Amino acid sequence: MKTWVTPGGVHPPENKHQSLTMPIGTLPLPEKLIIPLSQHIGVPANPCVQIGETVLKGQKIAEASGPLSVPMHAPTSGTVSAIEHRPIAHSSGMLSPCIEITPDGREQWIEHRGIDDFQHASSSALLKTISEAGIAGMGGAGFPTAVKLNAGHQRPINTLIVNATECEPYITADDSAIRERAQEIVQGISILSHILSNPSTILIGIEDNKPEAIAALKPHVEDTGIQVVSFPTKYPSGGEKQLVYILTGQEIPSGKLPADIGMLCVNIGTTFAIKRAVVDGEPLISRVTTMTGDACGINRNYETLIGTPVSHMLANSAFDEKACSRLVMGGPMMGFSLTSAEVPIVKTTNCILAPSFQEIPEDEPAQACIRCGMCAEACPVSLLPQQLFWYSQAKDYERLEAHNLFDCIECGACSYVCPSNIPLVQHYRHSKGEIQKARAEKIKSDHARERFEFHQQRIEQAEKDKEAKRTARREAAEKAKATAANNRETSAPGSAADIIAAAQARAAAKKISPEQQRAKFERSIAGAEMRVSMAEEKLAEADPNRTQEQENILHAAVESARQKLDQARLRLAEHNKAHHGEQVD
Amino acid sequence: MAFKQITSPHAHAAQSTSKVMQLVIWATIPGLIALTVHFGWGSLINVILATITSVIAEAVIIKLRNRPVDFYLQDYSAVVTAVLLGLALPPLVAWWVVVIGSLFSIVVAKQLYGGLGYNPFNPAMVGYVVLLISFPIQMTTWVTPLALLPEAVSHPGLLESLQIVFAGVSPADGVTGATPLDSFKYADGLLVDQIYAQDPLFSQAGIAGVGWEWVNIGFLLGGLILLGSKTFTWHGPIAMLATIALMSALFWDGGSSNSPGSPLMHLFSGASMMGAFFIMTDPVSSAVSNRGRLIYGALIGLLVYVIRAWGTYPDAVAFAVLLANFAAPFIDNYSLPRTYGHTDRRRATEKEEG
Amino acid sequence: MLETIAQQPILAALIALVGLGTLFGGLLGFAAEKFKVEGDPIVEQIDELLPQTQCGQCGFPGCKPYAESIANGDAINKCPPGGQATINAIANLLDVPAPELDAEHGEEADVRTVAFIREDECIGCTKCIQACPVDAILGAAKLMHTVIADECTGCDLCVEPCPVDCIDMLPVKETIKDWHWPAPPTTADLIASDRRAQL
Ligand code: SF4
Ligand code: SF4
Ligand code: SF4
Ligand code: SF4
Repeated sequence: MKTWVTPGGVHPPENKHQSLTMPIGTLPLPEKLIIPLSQHIGVPANPCVQIGETVLKGQKIAEASGPLSVPMHAPTSGTVSAIEHRPIAHSSGMLSPCIEITPDGREQWIEHRGIDDFQHASSSALLKTISEAGIAGMGGAGFPTAVKLNAGHQRPINTLIVNATECEPYITADDSAIRERAQEIVQGISILSHILSNPSTILIGIEDNKPEAIAALKPHVEDTGIQVVSFPTKYPSGGEKQLVYILTGQEIPSGKLPADIGMLCVNIGTTFAIKRAVVDGEPLISRVTTMTGDACGINRNYETLIGTPVSHMLANSAFDEKACSRLVMGGPMMGFSLTSAEVPIVKTTNCILAPSFQEIPEDEPAQACIRCGMCAEACPVSLLPQQLFWYSQAKDYERLEAHNLFDCIECGACSYVCPSNIPLVQHYRHSKGEIQKARAEKIKSDHARERFEFHQQRIEQAEKDKEAKRTARREAAEKAKATAANNRETSAPGSAADIIAAAQARAAAKKISPEQQRAKFERSIAGAEMRVSMAEEKLAEADPNRTQEQENILHAAVESARQKLDQARLRLAEHNKAHHGEQVD
Repeated sequence: MAFKQITSPHAHAAQSTSKVMQLVIWATIPGLIALTVHFGWGSLINVILATITSVIAEAVIIKLRNRPVDFYLQDYSAVVTAVLLGLALPPLVAWWVVVIGSLFSIVVAKQLYGGLGYNPFNPAMVGYVVLLISFPIQMTTWVTPLALLPEAVSHPGLLESLQIVFAGVSPADGVTGATPLDSFKYADGLLVDQIYAQDPLFSQAGIAGVGWEWVNIGFLLGGLILLGSKTFTWHGPIAMLATIALMSALFWDGGSSNSPGSPLMHLFSGASMMGAFFIMTDPVSSAVSNRGRLIYGALIGLLVYVIRAWGTYPDAVAFAVLLANFAAPFIDNYSLPRTYGHTDRRRATEKEEG
Repeated sequence: MLETIAQQPILAALIALVGLGTLFGGLLGFAAEKFKVEGDPIVEQIDELLPQTQCGQCGFPGCKPYAESIANGDAINKCPPGGQATINAIANLLDVPAPELDAEHGEEADVRTVAFIREDECIGCTKCIQACPVDAILGAAKLMHTVIADECTGCDLCVEPCPVDCIDMLPVKETIKDWHWPAPPTTADLIASDRRAQL
């Protein structure tokens, strides 16, 4: 089958053989399992267990909260021993909420069963199963798979692409999984195909450096309409955009999704998880993870429980901390460094790399960019990394956007080839972060401006009302004075009537007419209504970063605004009753 | 266990700036050999003298700028500049010319602008042009190629050359003479065929002037090595050479007395090959994208030809390169590549997606 | 005619220059008309750049009034929340040199803050509501008040009026979602040996 060639790309040493000498193994149960509530793009899951609660293997321990969220399940049976912030798999090394489970060693499964005949199950039922099983894309960002598949229902998907590229050096998780589990993987693909109402083309994209895996897939795809397409090894072929181009010659327009051009890309690890979820009814509680690098005596793939601390993997792999130059989750090109080995394996962890100083030495100090252009030759999306670097340093964000910074896939090919050892990707990440921050601040400040303008209007209105009141009072007083003067002409000067009239006039001036009173009440109701709706809007806005505390505050806000509204309504009602006779309209 | 926070990618290719620079230096050797064979020891002395001056100047400036000297010297960029300047200068030119040129290249054209990577102009060419304008006599006195030396005269030996360079001893009569481009420039009213027949520079040559053609072939060879090692892409050099060829073919004029010379003569004499593969490929001061480099190369080719044919200087690579350096940022603005997922190229100054 | 002109080099040069001047002047004028950019009025543009904290530290009741004042020639360095970045941006817009922040109006804070009302201490006097420039405080008379953290610009204005001092300005913590890579040290000021020592 014809394949296309992407521009750029590099050929780093593959280093895949080390971890392929043994079949996929299992690790002993760790003492603690730490399940981060956020292993995916989107809102963190909501814990639905209490500390001290006993859970069974596969039991749901956290609910999805919101459309882009996925639930979490207990990887083994045991007790929930903590729900707190722990270091998680993130380049920042920051903490994030996690559920800690102390295994009881019994591995007792919760009752579960799969769908026997998925061919006759409705796709919505299958999607529900997949989303309940907590499956999020296992290749990269951890996009909830059910959501991705659901996109297919709004737009017809005619090409399903299964990504078995695994173009990063060292990683062999997919490779070994295919070798040992080809049948189940193909079954998973058929389920996907069924959910997407049988797309016309189903392609498994795989680099030609995995002949065993290709051979393992071949017998199972016969007569299924699934094509295994192998293409020359080059990094980064496994990026979604790159793979789509290599297999179909089409480009995903910038800022769009593959679904927008009728395609869907799924990682091959995900297809296996889907098979497990649908056919066996097992949620995603473990995955194949490569443990590799020269600082480890044992390099191999493990079927690892989600939540296994990296330190546990290392301890079982004859790890020599002194020999280790850095600890990387993921591959050497796009993986991120871990600052702590207590970080747990998550659904997206395909590799733990513990290289020695010979393999990956300390970074050399950066020299000046000589604009040699090697980076541009290596860039798979035809950017000009040297210019991006230049403008990143100059913080010229407009130019950066004009140079398509946001199309950079952060593959690291440019940094890899740069003879001056410039950490280009870090510059881009920083600039992207700064631009996004500026955008967010812009939105916030625009919003504040609106609120301020509204506030000003309100104050002005209030001023005007006050002014009107004052004028009314003055006029009434003058009128009263005039009447009093008239009276003086007729009655005796300095009589009691005079004083009374003046007092009446004052009282009249002070007392607002019932109409005015009503208008005032109505205004306050309008104001209160506005506040309620504003507060409700705030509450309804799905803000991923909102904490429980903020949530409560918002609820309280809505509540108090409502109360105020009720009060205002009540007052108006009373007023109306009292002045019923005087109603003009 | 605590580990370092390091950004990806973690793996790096074994390439380094100093290796790139060293490769460039090695690649000048065929050209240097050809120069030495055909024009005597002068060029070698130039190169060595320029290198020593440049490295010392670079070290002093780096020291003054409070930077670690050995780290910055290791990038070999000063040596590259010096070698290129040394090769461009006429052999047997007085030592102070070489020293002034090197100092100017390194101190003014490179370090005052911020050092490697920040210089907007090609330092070697700045040095060369400053010399050419300041000392036109010294700079236009070229050595006669070996094959054309009068009977009983030979190129000065190494010792004698050193004396000429350092002690100001004048070389024997006939050791200096015109270059092929000079011959064309100053041979008014002669048909090309007549020049070829009369001037021994051509009559005894294969394609473009005795000695010169070999020097150019030497640089071409070195250039091909660099091209093969992917030190630069083909775009710039090929665009430049193609433009020179095209222009000289267009204005060949059937070899009349007005003809500025044939394409072959233009490609293989003067500093054509050295310019195309060693001077204009200086990445720092050139355009960045491949398309940009095509335009940049073509611009240099055009300028070279225009100045050679109608200007007052017989050769023009240095001027052409400097003029094109000026234009490089402008070219960059309009020659962005098309990024994946975009239908159009963008301009560097564009704000929104057009 | 032509003859005389040709013989008078000064005249010829003069005519040529005037001719060229007229030609290019006309071209420029045409271009200015043809490619005219309809810009926001300058006040709007300045207001765009101000941080909209509405804190009044500049001496004006909000950012917009300050923007108006800048447009009328006021100094551009009076906004502490915006800090140097805002000053630079305005300087860039107005094509004037960027001064340092005027310390008289306050100092640039490094962390953003939001107001937080210790609700059990609040007596419900509504003073803070009146002070808030963006209506970010909710509450009714004699009832507990609260700040909508997302609306709060961190202007500080509600702290002062509170009779029981129950409003705190809390720094906004960086979350894992806001985190992004810091910039690597720039090559220009990198001293290689330092970096080695640092690693
Ligand atoms: S590879 Fe490095 S030195 Fe070369 S142009 Fe790119 S950033 Fe500059
Ligand atoms: S990291 Fe970005 S700029 Fe660098 S090669 Fe990859 S896509 Fe291109
Ligand atoms: S000081 Fe405060 S009110 Fe004045 S411009 Fe700055 S943020 Fe706005
Ligand atoms: S000013 Fe203080 S006491 Fe009064 S309502 Fe606001 S927070 Fe409560």
